[in-house]
Amino acid sequence: MGDERPVRVLLAKVGLDGHDRGLRVVARILRDAGFEVVFAGLRQTPEMVAVAAIEEDVDVVGVSMHNGAHLTIAPAVIAALAAVGRPVPLVVGGIVPEVDLPAMRELGVAAVLGPGASNEDVAAAVAAAAAGDADGPEVAG
Amino acid sequence: MVGKKDEWEAGYARSPLRDVPFETISGVPLDAVYGPDDGEFPGQWPYTRGPYPSMYRSRLWTMRQFAGFGTARDTNRRFKELLAAGGNGLSTAFDMPTLLGRDSDDPLAKGEVGRAGVAVDTLADMETLFEGIPLGSVSTSMTINSAAPVIMAMYIGVADKTGVGRTELSGTIQNDILKEYQAQKEYVFPPRPSVRLVSDLVRFATAELPRWHPVSISGYHIREAGSTATQELAFTLANGFAYVEAVLGHGLPVDAFAPRLSFFFNAHIDFFEEIAKYRAARRIWARWMRDRYGARDPRSMQLRFHTQTAGVSLTAQQPEVNLARVAIEALAGVLGGTQSLHTDAYDEALALPTDRAARLALRTQQVIAEETGVPHVADPLGGSWFVESLTDELEARAEEIFSHLDDVGAGSMLDGVIACIEDGWFGREIADAAYEFQSKLAAGRWTMVGVNGYTDGDNQVPNTLYIDPKVEAEQLRALAALKRDRDDEAVRRALERLRVEAADPTVNLMPALIEAAAGHVTVGEAMAALEDVFGTWLERSFV
Repeated sequence: MGDERPVRVLLAKVGLDGHDRGLRVVARILRDAGFEVVFAGLRQTPEMVAVAAIEEDVDVVGVSMHNGAHLTIAPAVIAALAAVGRPVPLVVGGIVPEVDLPAMRELGVAAVLGPGASNEDVAAAVAAAAAGDADGPEVAG
Repeated sequence: MVGKKDEWEAGYARSPLRDVPFETISGVPLDAVYGPDDGEFPGQWPYTRGPYPSMYRSRLWTMRQFAGFGTARDTNRRFKELLAAGGNGLSTAFDMPTLLGRDSDDPLAKGEVGRAGVAVDTLADMETLFEGIPLGSVSTSMTINSAAPVIMAMYIGVADKTGVGRTELSGTIQNDILKEYQAQKEYVFPPRPSVRLVSDLVRFATAELPRWHPVSISGYHIREAGSTATQELAFTLANGFAYVEAVLGHGLPVDAFAPRLSFFFNAHIDFFEEIAKYRAARRIWARWMRDRYGARDPRSMQLRFHTQTAGVSLTAQQPEVNLARVAIEALAGVLGGTQSLHTDAYDEALALPTDRAARLALRTQQVIAEETGVPHVADPLGGSWFVESLTDELEARAEEIFSHLDDVGAGSMLDGVIACIEDGWFGREIADAAYEFQSKLAAGRWTMVGVNGYTDGDNQVPNTLYIDPKVEAEQLRALAALKRDRDDEAVRRALERLRVEAADPTVNLMPALIEAAAGHVTVGEAMAALEDVFGTWLERSFV
């Protein structure tokens, strides 16, 4: 059974930003595509995400950002996951200007899903991140 | 008995008119409104056709462009540019920490200072933000909710210090907390004490700020979060009814405060549905205010609203196409009789707007105002079989939602709305609608140009606004300096007064907040003192 279990994804908003439409839609897209979704929701800290990643035994973490703080929050989440010994891949969704994509790649973000990403783009990016064959962030869609 | 047309003509004759020829570009003279003599006219109950007899012939809508980024000084510069470009109202976007009542030096604010709006920590920032802007003559809108009473107290502080009378202040503060729990999620305290703060500001404005709109009951964010037009209409008006009941609960007569309530709707891309939505909103509000809440003053029954074009309708792909979307949406707002309008910039799916994009957005409104001839005639689509029928349909669907909320609240819309917030009903309804739309897109049953159709073309990303990371450091330095120099004892006393008065729900908190602002208490300190008493709200998680 071990290898057969569905990919588990933790979805969270980190920081103060309350725009959760994208995260909620993504949660349903992933669920419909056969993923197991753990919905942490709003106002999470990087540390809360890391603890939840262990407790919920997830394979991928997805964080949605619409507040322009991605270059602060993404590295903080990656560091928090590393600090608890569970460095699972991080997928970022939301509004990330193209000029910031190389920096996101450098930080080790597995994928960036921009506005207009299709349902297939979302599922494919998370599956690729879980399989460890993501080749860095591209704005999908 | 005076006929409807005679009554309208008398009202129109009393209205000042703009000095422009009311005729087509080819010189055909135009009436101020068209329709049968015994039909409904604008400025007439139930105001389907508009709140005023002369509508835009007297005064165009206010072109109010939302702006805010970086430090107070950066935004002050943008304000002055917008006024110089012919804008006639200001609209302030605050950054996320300010919206949630946290100071720039709060650990949770890291990375968000000045990012999505302007950072305001103290009265000093507020003074910089409005430096050189005549608060007695420029109307100002401030988009903030959880921390609205704290920010309003600072705005009053600026007026007090610059010698502008409180009675001269004109503008709007959003101060609509209910839709935060439903849609935008920028809440701090639980719903009941939050509604008390809304009521406190409404009561204070009723007593001291006669030209101020102390709440802008907003459907915009409900729609952006994914609702349908019907849900936007119904949830927004239901929130309005809830505020009316809350303020009535303090013993104020309805006609003392209802004329100052204002609304804020989305202008989405479905052209006729939006126009029908605005018309239905006016009619529903008039009927409920008169029949349910006993209003007698017509101004209490006249729904007035601001409109913003739909951010969610914009695409990151082929972003210049957004100029076309915004023009169509803005036209819907004007045909629907909006009192003020913000047009989105074409680059907003990518970042905050650049100066150039913000100017094009304003120019779009100016084209509608000056070139199309649309403002000459009130409610030009009134009488269209289609628009009238769609107006009736949206009204009927909204009434079904009101019945549900009224049942849940056992005859109280306030209790019904709060109960449906507490059990997550609004959030689920909106999330369902958002997912349904996404599914339509995914299945190709809805086409968005450049997203799932007509995708070849120039996808080049325009230059976008860059927020210098130095903003955060600069803001932190200023805040530290202010904290060092202020009178700590005055701060302590002001915060103690806030805690004591917060614990007594009969006290209006505005005077204590104004004292705190004047003493350079920060936004975060004032909010934390209130949170000590009110507690913190966390929504129930759902997918």
